[in-house]
Amino acid sequence: MKKIGLIIVCLSGALLLYATQDFPRWGDPNSPASTHVSPRYIQKSLEETDVPNLVTSILADYRGYDTMFETTVIFAAGLSCFILLRAFKKKEDDLYYRHISTGITLHIKGDKTIPASSKEFERIDTMWTPYDLIIKTVCRFLVPFIQIFALYVLAHGHESPGGGFQGGVIFGASFIVIAIAFDLRTALIRFKEKMDGLLSALGVFIYAGLGALCLLLGGNFLNYKELATILPMDPVEARAYGILGVEIGVFIAVMAVMLSIYVNIVSEGRHDEGL
Amino acid sequence: MDVLIHHIIGKYNYWLYTILMMIGLYAMIAKNNLIKKLVGMNIFQTAIILFYVSIACKKGATIPIIEEHGGSVAGHAIRVADYINPLPHVLMLTAIVVSVSTFGVALALAVKIYQKYKTLEEDEILMRLRDK
Repeated sequence: MKKIGLIIVCLSGALLLYATQDFPRWGDPNSPASTHVSPRYIQKSLEETDVPNLVTSILADYRGYDTMFETTVIFAAGLSCFILLRAFKKKEDDLYYRHISTGITLHIKGDKTIPASSKEFERIDTMWTPYDLIIKTVCRFLVPFIQIFALYVLAHGHESPGGGFQGGVIFGASFIVIAIAFDLRTALIRFKEKMDGLLSALGVFIYAGLGALCLLLGGNFLNYKELATILPMDPVEARAYGILGVEIGVFIAVMAVMLSIYVNIVSEGRHDEGL
Repeated sequence: MDVLIHHIIGKYNYWLYTILMMIGLYAMIAKNNLIKKLVGMNIFQTAIILFYVSIACKKGATIPIIEEHGGSVAGHAIRVADYINPLPHVLMLTAIVVSVSTFGVALALAVKIYQKYKTLEEDEILMRLRDK
């Protein structure tokens, strides 16, 4: 198998390298990729959409359908992770607790638990018992800044590199940091599973709903120009705000799906402990 | 020889993406462990991202964000040669996030396989399938 694989790889690699003969040189301004549709985007985008960042305007306006279905793909990925892994059966016959003031660990077998309201004990993971003061403190300081930065990346997607996808990933990462530094249960208290599912659907809904709103206002699907009839602004500015609305939808969907995939995979769907 | 060196230096981005892509393809075909196959798949996707982004490049151009904002741009035309091609960046922006989520689904499937067969080695899984 290894030898056949090597032969296949060498053959296809040689074929691809042979094909590069006809490719344009690196950095050639007259290459076919940048002579057909991209000059129009570069010259007209600012005039038509009022967004200086061309990547954002193409992503959410000219190629709006593409991005909408990419968001749907992400939503479907989160949904399939949930369906594949989520286990609602509780397998809690081995529980570990730590007495907070003395640091003594309790191991409870059977279906007995310490009441959740008890302030003297905290539940700890089976695999990882040490108490990390430094990691937890640094995480507590860092998370608000990560989240503010994520919102900045979202809101400045029009003027600087950024947008819904990047901001959403950063925002989701802030919750994953909590899950790693504390434990999975702490992160899930902050961001409940039900909210997670609702938000990932809401993101796609905002995107498709904005498109449908344009349809209702008499234009084409995802043609944000029509928003000018309900917003007090001219059509070009309405397109910029339509892009922002769509980016917010992408942000919410990506953030929720990142967290839901992480939680489902590390805890094998039981949502009690992991990593 | 001179022609070959000229060819390699002028198009080294294609050489790099081909090498990376073949590393990923080899890992997907020849590796026995499912997680290693997934890592190979990720390397493959990264090679494609590298390919697209390197296509977008233009010599002497800057990132695709129009500099003069706020009315002054209407006076003189935007020169196409000043900005790199934004389209491959858009395609790859979505491709990165989609590749992360497909990787998540693949990992979820791997977790399921591990729960059922208690192994991630391909030959052992096949052996257990034949035993049944």
